[in-house]
Amino acid sequence: MRLITHNMLSCNIKGVTNGFPLRIEAGNVIEKEVDFNPDFIRHMFAKLEWKALVEGARSMGYAELPEDSPDAAVLESDESFLKKLHHALLELHLEEGALVCPKTGRKFPVNKGIPNMLLHEDEV
Amino acid sequence: MWFLCVFYHRLLDFRKPEVEALAELFGEEIAENESLQWRLPEHHHNDTPFHFVQLSSEEIARNIAKRSILVKGMYELWGEGTCYEELKDSILSYPDSRKLPFLTSDSTFRISVETFGRGLTFEEQKDRIQSLTYIPFEGRVNLKNPDHNFFLMEMIESEENNGLQPILQRRIFFGREVGFADRKLLPTFQLKSRTYLGPTAMDAEMAFLMANQAKATSGKLVYDPFVGTGSILVSAAQFGAMTMGADIDIRVVRDGRGPDCNVWSNFKQYGLPMPVALLRMDNNLPPWRSGLKEIFDAIICDPPYGVRAGGRKSGGRKILRGTVDPYTVPDDKRTDHIPSTGAYSLVECVHDLLHLAARMLVMKGRLVFFFPVLRDETGGEVKFPEHPCFKLVAVSEQILSSRYSRVLLTMVKVEPYSEEIKEAARLMHLEFRENHLKWLEDGNIHSSVFKPIDSSQIHTDPKAFKDPKPKYRGKYV
Repeated sequence: MRLITHNMLSCNIKGVTNGFPLRIEAGNVIEKEVDFNPDFIRHMFAKLEWKALVEGARSMGYAELPEDSPDAAVLESDESFLKKLHHALLELHLEEGALVCPKTGRKFPVNKGIPNMLLHEDEV
Repeated sequence: MWFLCVFYHRLLDFRKPEVEALAELFGEEIAENESLQWRLPEHHHNDTPFHFVQLSSEEIARNIAKRSILVKGMYELWGEGTCYEELKDSILSYPDSRKLPFLTSDSTFRISVETFGRGLTFEEQKDRIQSLTYIPFEGRVNLKNPDHNFFLMEMIESEENNGLQPILQRRIFFGREVGFADRKLLPTFQLKSRTYLGPTAMDAEMAFLMANQAKATSGKLVYDPFVGTGSILVSAAQFGAMTMGADIDIRVVRDGRGPDCNVWSNFKQYGLPMPVALLRMDNNLPPWRSGLKEIFDAIICDPPYGVRAGGRKSGGRKILRGTVDPYTVPDDKRTDHIPSTGAYSLVECVHDLLHLAARMLVMKGRLVFFFPVLRDETGGEVKFPEHPCFKLVAVSEQILSSRYSRVLLTMVKVEPYSEEIKEAARLMHLEFRENHLKWLEDGNIHSSVFKPIDSSQIHTDPKAFKDPKPKYRGKYV
């Protein structure tokens, strides 16, 4: 599971209103290289929740991202920033671990890189 | 500029919508609520492989032909006629300014003869080429790799029709090739040689058609909420898009049939970039964070119709019916517990899909999906699912059997999502569901497809029993 996915997910158990962001319990993190596509990264930047991304990256062992969300101008001019963002979003993989709901503590397991977001019968 | 567009003669309903989508993708300016201008050759029926289309440049025509699955080639027409004398007059009257630049002495050329309706012997082909001596070809002939490729296309009427309506009369076209199809694409991606397959894997040709309808291209994010074995995403990735998929069945998505036979291996087989994400989730209860919206450029999918694979959603059968209260799984069993799932009707599934698309697609993003329809004897009008955020731009039917077909719907998001729209959509859905259940016997497609033929008909006169719909090859294939 990549951070770009983590940035989209929340806990949707019945009754939980703010289940985002999910805390990452990193079991096995690996790095896989992905071709750099600057247009795609710029396009995605606008949709991200920055704080969640920075914290998620830290849980996976990457602390190079700035704390505050940079201006859009930085996207155009600074390629090294785009590369860092690319690395954080697409090249860090959580192979085994869990995503933990901030409200209830319920763990959504991640196995072989695939998060299991299915709810149990009593959570629906 | 008008171009002669020659199609492969199959999947007739899909041909023009594909060209329209690709024209838009490659920069053709098409006004709101307008489409491309098409013209038929004289005496030709709409099912003919020959159509004239107006495009603003040769480059767009070339790009469309290269990426299209159903376009055989695009040509600049130099002349046409019902016989060779008419053809000669037509070519001679075509402006020299359009012909001479391609006939120069420092260029190479080739003339190919293609016939529709009957084969020609080598002698006959040579005769036809010789008859074109009135065109001042100054360059040298190069059969392997010419600068300019000329085509002489002749339709010959034939007695047998295979039940086809007569779609063409004898007509001869002569043109300069401007674009041609990539013939290596389908043989490379055919399902026969695919590593990981499932019962509902989309065949390569159709998957590419769907990716074209969705305008998948580099820099875009394409999502499939019913990803299964990833067959649709593979085609989108081949066209350069970043892909993402989800499925409720974890075995298909995570495990596959082994470490070398799963969704990832399908992408590895073709050297394509892996999907950005694969998830296990229920589309009926999606885990998206509440602020998330307008993130996908296209959603391409094949929802379960309930014929060969049924849809599932959270909650066991008994829980959904209310027979049993939701039970709490004891803590020690929680980690490996596989939640029970219950039946998920097609109508509800499509409603959730439209809702997901309305919220998650960018403006002008495309939703492309298949919807099954029963082939009604009475020929009543079929209603398709609707949503206030979407405009339906293409409907293409693929006949699957005498009982049912599936229709590829292409919708474009034209209104932003809001709470008011959500309410209007809910009412539209209720109305659609009522109508849908009325014309669907037993309320599901599976029984309609598999119900036995009425035995009384067989007894009376087996020869007289005819399929109410004429067997017209074009739409079957």
